Amino acid sequence: MSEPENGPKAEEEQGAVSAAGGDRDFLVVDDLHAGYGAVRVLHGVSLRVGEGEICAILGPNGAGKTTLLRALCGMVRGRGSVRLDGTTLSGRSPDTVARRGVAHVPEGRGTFMPLTVEENLRLGAYARRNRAEVQADLERVYGHFPVLKERVKQAAGSLSGGEQQMLAIGRALMSRPRVLLLDEPSLGLAPMVTRELFGIVRSINQEERTTVVVVEQNAHLALDIAGQAHVLESGRIVLSGSAGEIKADEQVAQSYLGYRI
Amino acid sequence: MADFVQQFVGGLGAGAIYASLALALVLIYQFTGIVNFAQGELAMFATYIAWTFIDAGLPFWLALVLTLAISFVGGMLIERVIIRPVEGAPELTLVIVTVGLFIFVNAAAGWIWSFLIKDFPNPFPGGALQAGGVSLAYSTLGVLAVVGGVMGLLYLMFRYTKIGLGMRAVATNPESARLVGIRVGWTLAFGWGLAALVGAVSGVLVAPLLFLEPNMMGGVLIYAFAAATLGGFDSPLGAVVGGLIVGVAETLAGSYVDFIGSDLKIGVPLAIILGVLLLRPQGLFGRAVVERA
Repeated sequence: MSEPENGPKAEEEQGAVSAAGGDRDFLVVDDLHAGYGAVRVLHGVSLRVGEGEICAILGPNGAGKTTLLRALCGMVRGRGSVRLDGTTLSGRSPDTVARRGVAHVPEGRGTFMPLTVEENLRLGAYARRNRAEVQADLERVYGHFPVLKERVKQAAGSLSGGEQQMLAIGRALMSRPRVLLLDEPSLGLAPMVTRELFGIVRSINQEERTTVVVVEQNAHLALDIAGQAHVLESGRIVLSGSAGEIKADEQVAQSYLGYRI
Repeated sequence: MADFVQQFVGGLGAGAIYASLALALVLIYQFTGIVNFAQGELAMFATYIAWTFIDAGLPFWLALVLTLAISFVGGMLIERVIIRPVEGAPELTLVIVTVGLFIFVNAAAGWIWSFLIKDFPNPFPGGALQAGGVSLAYSTLGVLAVVGGVMGLLYLMFRYTKIGLGMRAVATNPESARLVGIRVGWTLAFGWGLAALVGAVSGVLVAPLLFLEPNMMGGVLIYAFAAATLGGFDSPLGAVVGGLIVGVAETLAGSYVDFIGSDLKIGVPLAIILGVLLLRPQGLFGRAVVERA
């Protein structure tokens, strides 16, 4: 974000900063209810994501994973509170939430098909003003995704599914996000491509300390890169813990990892 | 031959005017999926504003600049106040709203300036450029130059500026545009302002050829619809090319096809609309929308 952060620091909770310097309560979701019209999907979701952490949201189809991400970025209005680093995000429009540092890579990738790869990436930096910084970040994104550099002037719609997912993540990075929301990044991709993509997400997280919330059906991959994980079922969080704990949980193993212990 | 060339260039001059109104229609359609039936009336209203400035003694070009600025702001206001509340409504609702706007603006112009025709000055010198037996009226060349200039500026804006990129993003994928932080509502309003401005150019250019009166743009709107349909409603380039083709076709048909003459000329755009819808519904430059069942 190039805009100065005017967030009300006083709102920040006391003692929220851990010894390591990373804020444990960086993204705080409290009792979030959301849905579409009369259809309620989320029934009081609460979770905390630490700064610089990767948090995985697992769960079956229809559990509300996508709705949770949409509610975080303002695409779906809900009740309850969402705060990022002490600033309230709930009740704000998606463009405002984006300008506060939340970059959402939606399901289906949200590619601007007829526009070129470079135009797609530049759109990611739409809210920023410093041209030199944007140019530098463009190179940084090409560093993460060299394949995009080879296709700079190509229409984004002509990219393969994997390349479009990389473009979507690259576009999100162009906003210098504080939180990256990834909705089913593996959807429709070959296993090899998915593995490469998750590797890149992990290195982005490590190199740039970008906080990541990833919704994923492929629980194995998500748990491999995540620190914390939550299991969502019928709009409620039924299990939370470190990725290792979740992996070891027998019920999760049976339901989502596809094997019995 | 010389006669043919002369008719052809005359057709291009008329076509350029249709093209600018068609471009205004296409701009709005691309952003909002709305066919703005009031586009011609907004252009007519803008022309009256220009007339008022000129009547008050302002030089033509200054009056034009002021008019374009007012049109731009007016277009934005219309989007914010009238279109915003029905955004995303069914097509029939949108059609009724813009038709209502048509009637309102038409009546308002008659109420303010009366329905009596007014003379609108031609900004271009009289006379003609003589070349190889062909005489090209300066006014025709002037119209072509102005419309060409407006198109060029629009192209540069869409291609090379940040707001242009943002507008293309909104036209392609509004939801994604919101997610990258684009203020979609204001971008739409900007698009309406721009369309009103481009439409105003067509009104000011056509007024000296016709007379200024509240129903002046009725015929022009039909030609503009034909142009947009021919070029493809989602293609600004198509609107321009379509406008020129319609202008030339209408002029040539009027002079070379005996039974058409000047009375049946208005049938030409209607035949073009019908033909395009039957043979190539997406237009020459439009993208065919294929949806999977």
